Amino acid sequence: MTGLVTSFGSGAMTNSIADIANDAQSYFIIGSNTTEQHPVIGMKIRQAVKQRGAKLVVADPRNIPISEFATLHLRQKPGSDIALINGIMNVLIAENLYDAEFVASRTENFDELKDKVAAYTPEAAAEITGVPADDIREAARILSSNRPGALLYAMGITQHTTGHQNVMSCANLQMLLGNMGVPGGGVNPLRGQNNVQGACDMGCLPNYYTAYQRVADEAAQAKFKAAWGKVGSLQNGLTVTEMLPAAEHGKLRALFVMGENPMMSDPDTNHVRKCLESLDFMVVQEILPNETTPLADVILPGVSFAEKEGTFTNSERRVQRVRQVIPPQGGAQPDYWILTELGKRLRARLGLDDAAAPYAAWNYTAPEQVMDEMRALTPSYAGMAYPRIEEKGLQWPCPTLEHPGTPILHAGKFARGLGHFMALDWQPPFEQPDEEYPFVLTTGRVLYHWHGGTMSRHSEGLLGIYPKGKVELSHADAKRLGIASGDLVEVSSRRGQVVAEAEVTDKNEAGLIFMTFHFPDAAANLLTVRALDPVGKIPEYKVAAVKIRRIEQPVPVA
Amino acid sequence: MPKVNVTIDGKQIQAEAGSSVLEAAQAAGVAIPTLCHHPALKPEGNCRMCLVEVERQRNLQASCVFPVSEGMVVHTHSPKVMEARKFVLELLLSDHPTDCMTCEATGDCVLQDLAYQYDAKVGKYYGGAKHDYAIDDTNPFFVRDYNKCILCRRCVRACDQINGVEALGVAERGFSSQIIAGLGGTMEESRCEFCGMCVEVCPTGALMPVGTMKQGRYWEFKHTTTVCPYCGVGCNLDVLSKGDKIIRTRSAWDKAPNYGWTCVKGRFGLDFVNNPNRFTTPLIKRDGQFVEASWDEALDLVADKLSAIALEHGPDAVGFLASAKCTNEENYLMMKLARGVVGTNNVDHCARL
Ligand code: SF4
Ligand code: SF4
Ligand code: SF4
Repeated sequence: MTGLVTSFGSGAMTNSIADIANDAQSYFIIGSNTTEQHPVIGMKIRQAVKQRGAKLVVADPRNIPISEFATLHLRQKPGSDIALINGIMNVLIAENLYDAEFVASRTENFDELKDKVAAYTPEAAAEITGVPADDIREAARILSSNRPGALLYAMGITQHTTGHQNVMSCANLQMLLGNMGVPGGGVNPLRGQNNVQGACDMGCLPNYYTAYQRVADEAAQAKFKAAWGKVGSLQNGLTVTEMLPAAEHGKLRALFVMGENPMMSDPDTNHVRKCLESLDFMVVQEILPNETTPLADVILPGVSFAEKEGTFTNSERRVQRVRQVIPPQGGAQPDYWILTELGKRLRARLGLDDAAAPYAAWNYTAPEQVMDEMRALTPSYAGMAYPRIEEKGLQWPCPTLEHPGTPILHAGKFARGLGHFMALDWQPPFEQPDEEYPFVLTTGRVLYHWHGGTMSRHSEGLLGIYPKGKVELSHADAKRLGIASGDLVEVSSRRGQVVAEAEVTDKNEAGLIFMTFHFPDAAANLLTVRALDPVGKIPEYKVAAVKIRRIEQPVPVA
Repeated sequence: MPKVNVTIDGKQIQAEAGSSVLEAAQAAGVAIPTLCHHPALKPEGNCRMCLVEVERQRNLQASCVFPVSEGMVVHTHSPKVMEARKFVLELLLSDHPTDCMTCEATGDCVLQDLAYQYDAKVGKYYGGAKHDYAIDDTNPFFVRDYNKCILCRRCVRACDQINGVEALGVAERGFSSQIIAGLGGTMEESRCEFCGMCVEVCPTGALMPVGTMKQGRYWEFKHTTTVCPYCGVGCNLDVLSKGDKIIRTRSAWDKAPNYGWTCVKGRFGLDFVNNPNRFTTPLIKRDGQFVEASWDEALDLVADKLSAIALEHGPDAVGFLASAKCTNEENYLMMKLARGVVGTNNVDHCARL
């Protein structure tokens, strides 16, 4: 989410689900398979199109379910998003369709953007993206004549080596259209797992304390030291994608994994296994067995969402109460209790003094006490006391106990002052198809499963309806290679191979192959690229070069 | 909004112009029974249960679709109205299995409640003719038993007005009318996405989740409003449970951000919580095998190892992966454990993935 910080000064979804659903006159959905990944938002957009005639422009290489409802579907080549958006902006500027008043009063650096996108005429953009020039013109006209318009994106934008730029490109477009700070507008990254936003807000990031207080900032360090009695250095820590190689090289010796399945969700699974096996010690706090748990030295049985009290923060920054539905299963314990017990024991062994600071001791007896401590150290959460959010969640920033929360960010003024246009060039994806690996593989989710699948693969109904991973390919490619739906195929990249059942579909154009990453026996991540976006440190899941062939018998995968 | 003066059951009230008699009555605290009407759906007026007597109107009117007007006088419980409603119910019950004693919907069935209230009798019409539809249990999420269907079309409207895929429709007419999916096949052959909104709004036992079968009576279940564990929409759900088991998801209609809408995962995907493979005791690996351990043993071992590694190789030799599935409070503690106890900034989660 670093891209939005550069453009606006704050990295979260700018608007709320309600105003996007009710007030947007148009939608631009790019890199988000909304009806499958964020189904209820997808449903709300469908209804906006059906019931009030809102216009919908979908930019996605595949025929995804929401594209069926689209006024216009742009099928750009994977990894060509910046060229596409630059092309649309070129039309907006050339035909004078942009919001000149907004640009003049609320933004900076417009001239540089203008110079940059001048080269991206619809014809030039069509060359790169494969989208017809007239469709690019049409998109610009639809978006400019149906305002306010909301832009929504998800992993399809961020999971590229240029993810950081892709996000800023989305910000450019919405500023040019004057769609910022108003109901029904905004740049709206739809967060993946249900508390990704909260995990980021809580400072589970190597470069930030809670609510984006920088690790490198001496004042922030001093504040947390005064509260806790001890802190880390001013140097950023390692990201998850850096921790693994650090383990391989012996620099990282121990890893504590809570509720994650890096074996499934990290790129290049074979490499991940090797890294995790190099650790001296790994403790995993989990509810169900997954591909990572067998590699652990200790497994601590935590509990599911239904067995605990606490809060989650959803994609629209709404902090909501999680309530205990049932008692912990068997001898499992609430995760807050486990962490508290570990905190006490570790402190004793490291000789830390409980009296050193007001929050030095770890004597929590309920999650609410943790929230109260966090609020005291986190300005944008300061007003989120439990009694206030029992009935209805509040959206941050919510700095005081009287503050009503903030449904729409950047109204009247951007967090950083003026919105910053970034002049960006399209760059080709890290790995391009070639003679040996002629297909582009892109990965994603299906409606019935979730991420690494630890939860959904343990749900009878969800597993029943979608029991195994599939490889989707176009009719044209299938015909040429003699592959039919149900055939076993082997997909290989420079990193590994996977065998799975083929599904011939009209979702894909020729040359494109799609796989999910929910299933261990068809784990797309055996194939994907470890190349990282240098700023966001997000792996390029969305583009890898592969080849595919039909096979007679399943062969054991190395 | 301009107001109009209306008299409902002798009560003088001001109602919003353009609102229905039903809405005006509800605002005035007068209860009118409904069957096909559901507050989340556009009213259709097809079941005739909400009939009321409006002075100077020749026929009884369906209050869910009849608009208020200035000076209108309405009787919601006159003898004529009560008799008409009883007739509606007795017609429905004449072609209904009325097997309430074994029906999964007992206690959560609008038809049952109204039949009781209006003292409606079973089997008075059609000379005993009843439908005999095969029960469809081909999909893993819900069972369709159209012998219990009262053709209120709530399901059809939910699929159109909430989900949007329009998987459901009505085939045939009159006594042969039937709800169908797609062209009349199974749910899986249709465009259904299994969001379960049709099941949620069905007023009878015609649509029932597989997961509730034989799990208990509706009044035995505890209701808890909490947040869906799957995606970042963060839907609020009304989760029904009994003992230590999750039974079913109902809609929490008054809660942002989803106002009762759900997808298949929040609706039918919570049973992973009760999966028998759950870890229920700490495990320590000894000679390549996991063996059960007490909490004290496991926690002491983790604390020993992490502190020893941090002391010998420095705090940055330890890494922490927090979780996008855990709560804010837990993530805060994980972050504090890394920075405030061990003293490293090596803390991250899988958001970038
Ligand atoms: S489950 Fe959802 S999609 Fe399927 S028929 Fe019911 S309302 Fe429609
Ligand atoms: S299945 Fe249920 S909701 Fe649908 S028409 Fe029949 S009774 Fe009404
Ligand atoms: S019910 Fe569906 S849309 Fe809502 S939070 Fe859960 S997974 Fe997301």
